Amino acid sequence: MADLILDIRNLKIEATAYPPGEPPQDIVIVDGVSLTLEKGKVLGLIGESGAGKSTIGLSAMSYGRGGVRLTGGEVRLGGQEIRAAGPRALRAIRGDRVTYVAQSAAAAFNPAKRLMDQVIETSLQHGLSTRAEAEKRAVMLFAKLGLPNPESFGNRYPHQVSGGQLQRAMTAMALCPKPDLVIFDEPTTALDVTTQIDVLAAIKEAIRDTGVAALYITHDLAVVAQVSDDILVLRHGKMVEKGSADQIINAPREAYTKALVSVRQIEHPAKPATSPVVLSVDHVTARYRGTHFDVLKDVTVELRQGQTLAVVGESGSGKSTLARVITGLLPPRSGRIRFDGRDLTPAFANRTRDDLRELQMIYQMADVAMNPRHTVGTIIGRPLEFYFGLKGEGKRRRVQELLDEIEMGKGFIDRYPAELSGGQKQRVCIARALAAKPKLIICDEVTSALDPLVADGILKLLLNLQKVEGVAYLFITHDLATVKAIADSIAVMYRGEVVRYGTKTEVLAPPFDDYTDLLLSSVPEMRLGWLEEVIAHRRMEAAGN
Amino acid sequence: MHPVLKLVTQRVALGILLLLAVSVLIFAGTQILPGDVAQAILGQQATPQALANLRAQMGLNQPAYIRYFQWLFGVLHGDLGKSLANGQDIATEIGGRLANTLFLAGVSAAIIAPLSVLLGLVSALYEGRWPDKVLSAITLATVSLPEFLLGYILMFFLAVEYPIAPSVSTVFDSMSFWEKLHAVTLPVMVLVLVSVGHTMRMTRAAILNVMQSAYIETAELKGLRPFRIIWRHAFPNAISPIVNVLMVDLAYLVVGVVVTEVVFVYPGMGQYLVDHVAKRDVPVVQAVGLIFAAVYIGLNVVADVVSILANPRLRHPK
Amino acid sequence: MTRIPLSALIGLAITAAYFLAAIFAPLIAPYGFADVVGGVWDPSSAKFLLGTDSIGRDLLSRMIYGGRTTIAIATAATVLSFTTGSILGFTAAVIGGWVDQVLSRTVDLLMSIPSLIFALVVLSVMPVTVVTLILVMGLLDSTRVFRLARAVAVDITVMDFVEAARLRGEGRMWIIFREILPNALSPLVAEMGMRFIFQVLLLSTLSFLGLGVQPPMADWGGIVKSNKDGIVYGIPAALYPAIAIALLAISVNLVADWVLTRTSSLKGGRGG
Repeated sequence: MADLILDIRNLKIEATAYPPGEPPQDIVIVDGVSLTLEKGKVLGLIGESGAGKSTIGLSAMSYGRGGVRLTGGEVRLGGQEIRAAGPRALRAIRGDRVTYVAQSAAAAFNPAKRLMDQVIETSLQHGLSTRAEAEKRAVMLFAKLGLPNPESFGNRYPHQVSGGQLQRAMTAMALCPKPDLVIFDEPTTALDVTTQIDVLAAIKEAIRDTGVAALYITHDLAVVAQVSDDILVLRHGKMVEKGSADQIINAPREAYTKALVSVRQIEHPAKPATSPVVLSVDHVTARYRGTHFDVLKDVTVELRQGQTLAVVGESGSGKSTLARVITGLLPPRSGRIRFDGRDLTPAFANRTRDDLRELQMIYQMADVAMNPRHTVGTIIGRPLEFYFGLKGEGKRRRVQELLDEIEMGKGFIDRYPAELSGGQKQRVCIARALAAKPKLIICDEVTSALDPLVADGILKLLLNLQKVEGVAYLFITHDLATVKAIADSIAVMYRGEVVRYGTKTEVLAPPFDDYTDLLLSSVPEMRLGWLEEVIAHRRMEAAGN
Repeated sequence: MHPVLKLVTQRVALGILLLLAVSVLIFAGTQILPGDVAQAILGQQATPQALANLRAQMGLNQPAYIRYFQWLFGVLHGDLGKSLANGQDIATEIGGRLANTLFLAGVSAAIIAPLSVLLGLVSALYEGRWPDKVLSAITLATVSLPEFLLGYILMFFLAVEYPIAPSVSTVFDSMSFWEKLHAVTLPVMVLVLVSVGHTMRMTRAAILNVMQSAYIETAELKGLRPFRIIWRHAFPNAISPIVNVLMVDLAYLVVGVVVTEVVFVYPGMGQYLVDHVAKRDVPVVQAVGLIFAAVYIGLNVVADVVSILANPRLRHPK
Repeated sequence: MTRIPLSALIGLAITAAYFLAAIFAPLIAPYGFADVVGGVWDPSSAKFLLGTDSIGRDLLSRMIYGGRTTIAIATAATVLSFTTGSILGFTAAVIGGWVDQVLSRTVDLLMSIPSLIFALVVLSVMPVTVVTLILVMGLLDSTRVFRLARAVAVDITVMDFVEAARLRGEGRMWIIFREILPNALSPLVAEMGMRFIFQVLLLSTLSFLGLGVQPPMADWGGIVKSNKDGIVYGIPAALYPAIAIALLAISVNLVADWVLTRTSSLKGGRGG
């Protein structure tokens, strides 16, 4: 087959692990993976963290990151075996025939050099074209990728442009030397959802117009469905399922793939607004010390007992600041906060112990939310001891009850956080919050750092606990799927203001304001052709106006 | 004003402010602690009457802050006062010694800077392999020894057992540059040995830190030659931390110089300071202490200015 | 974590031997430290293992007693610098605000003069006694401990688990001793080794310059000072302290390295 660009057969990849206090040992991180990629096609690699997808992607350049070794199988690039090729042969391939787009373009660009010099460097160093030709092509690519002022864009330094623009510039850098194959490694994961859709569309168009083959690596099945012809599902370094994008999305065969497709489809009918109000935020305005603009502007929301208010917004919307104001970490400039029928003192240090107890918080990064030197028993037991004076056997019994409630069972009480998985850590944090018998728990992006299936488990647990304990949640998130799954009412925030607020059904039903419309329509949907529809729709609207 | 200029001005102003504060500290350190200059001159057995006379004669009865401003005013006009021990004008006495000390420190710095950067580069390139391990073992040994001991070890072997250099580093004004250079062979070796270890380790760490950046991986994935990766991608980003380390370590030479001069009886500032500390000659100690502190602070300011200038975010603001 | 690497074991053993020799010096040393028992610079023999010094005292006994003095003063100075430095450093990090500003700027000021120069300035007016030495060495060095302790504590105070403890209503004592200290201990212990060595070097240097331990008491720097004139006659008496100091420094370094790697391997918190 002349058109076969990449042919990986039975690939095995190993790394050396250095467990503390033990001799180093070799571990297999990818085993028995085979894939093929034809000219002009896009293959999506999908899997959760630790699935080995980036490692497989880089193997197409015969590159092992941080001591990772390609120990078995074949990697054929245009018929040439490169897995065991020498450094000189690999230098000739890298940058010339295969190029790479990293997840964080902000880190992948050299801060000390102008963008243009970096974009055309490969073409010049591999002797592919003259400087003038390369610069011309770069400007053409800048324009195609929708970068502002393509003629002068390259004169800037990386820190002078935004994250979304850098990601496009990196795509231009990858396409500039006219490679056969581009590896996209989570190129939109670090972006806000409204930025992601534009970058995604730009990448897709650029792939189509230049006719390169691409490996598209991501953890988000809805994203990969928009750009790929074929999809390969990976788990723990092994292949789970391989098929066309249509088959994987619409007719998955394996149980794991089915779970991935149906993720975030938790149904949760909104509860009627009958119970008494537990928290009311009343015209709150706040700014950080030493700054000159308000990060929260006149915010007013309410939350009823036993219900969930989802506060949704992108980075910089002020949603996490709202949590800091309610917890008393950042006293507001004006406005007041009422909790359970009484006024809350602005600064947490002056609040009563009961106020502190009844208002608990769960963090995004469970890793740093627990003291690594305390055992699970100490972490959950401390609020019991601190608020209720429980000690000894009584405390231990209650900790075990809480562990049962978060579905973790026996054997965890004496472990340290480092010995738990990501999902287990977040569960322990939930148990610690529950231990205080709170009326309200503020959940700050609690599922964002977790893999989709694990996140689903946490959301289901939170919903169950709400039924049993009658606790209210203020749920802060950037992820609309999570909002749909858990909220009774929703507040959409944009640049410090609440732009839309009401019950779930009200907020998610048209007519929309401009921002909510943009936000809702930017969330990738788990179906083919979604991206084209949205882009076409937006162009039509733009033309119509 | 361009932000870089603003930051540099701020840093220099801060340095001057720090130096002023240090002058207060040095003055206070020698004036307020138990036992004053008069006591120091006359000793513990002095009669109260003799003490009172001397105090009046030296102006010690005036409040401390007035004496401080008198001293500072003098210093700013090049008048460092007179030595208590021999009544000589301190500024005159220091002149030639300062030149000697700068010569010794300058020659050492001229060797330390390129050598430690080179060795740092080598051990970074061979990270974890034998050249790195050998260098790290040698430097661990040299940084574990105080300057004076290293001095005597070198003297024992290189001046006595296998004489290749003089054991006493006497220099005169009439000596030629090469004669002077030969005279300071051993002290320079001592200073190089004690400094290179630390500077090299820090350089190695700075380079390895840059080499682990994502943009170096990008460069590798572009299929660039290793030399180009180091020269065009790593070096521009490593220069600021390396210069910083170098300046801070050169500033630390100040301490090494004091001790090394005593070991090799070299007629410089360090020797002068130690002699007069033993004699409790406060004005000399103040003056020399201030000069050493000025050099130390000055080099630290240079280090900070270089990192400001090397930062692309500051040179090319948004 | 139960396995201690060989290098750290050797370091531990040698360091322990030094401290034992220091404690039991009168039992081990063959002669008194001030007794003139032989001729000037007698070579080493069965009677005097390391020979005699510039006025005929047994060098081995001088070395053992010298180690006792050096280690005792350096240990006292280290303890002083650690208690002062880490308590102030933690306080600055936890309270923040103007308390932090005042403490940090003072330390900046003290650190803008090299320790040795500052020590010389102070010792030019203070009576040189063991207590003065410990105070000057300990307080000057506490600035470095302060910086480290503050930096480590600031890194920890911004962690969510400390915020969680604050929001729970915990007092300052719990936050410092139960949340911060257990996480700050390892880097501080490793640094303690480095600071101890620094104190040994500083004390030896001061004694060598004649501004440290005063005769007839023996310490390693003083031994070099009194025997340095022998060097030009090929008499190595002044070099023995070099070996003693270097060996101690390297041993402590090996232990400190091990403590540090243990810390960093726990820091990730991901277990595998």
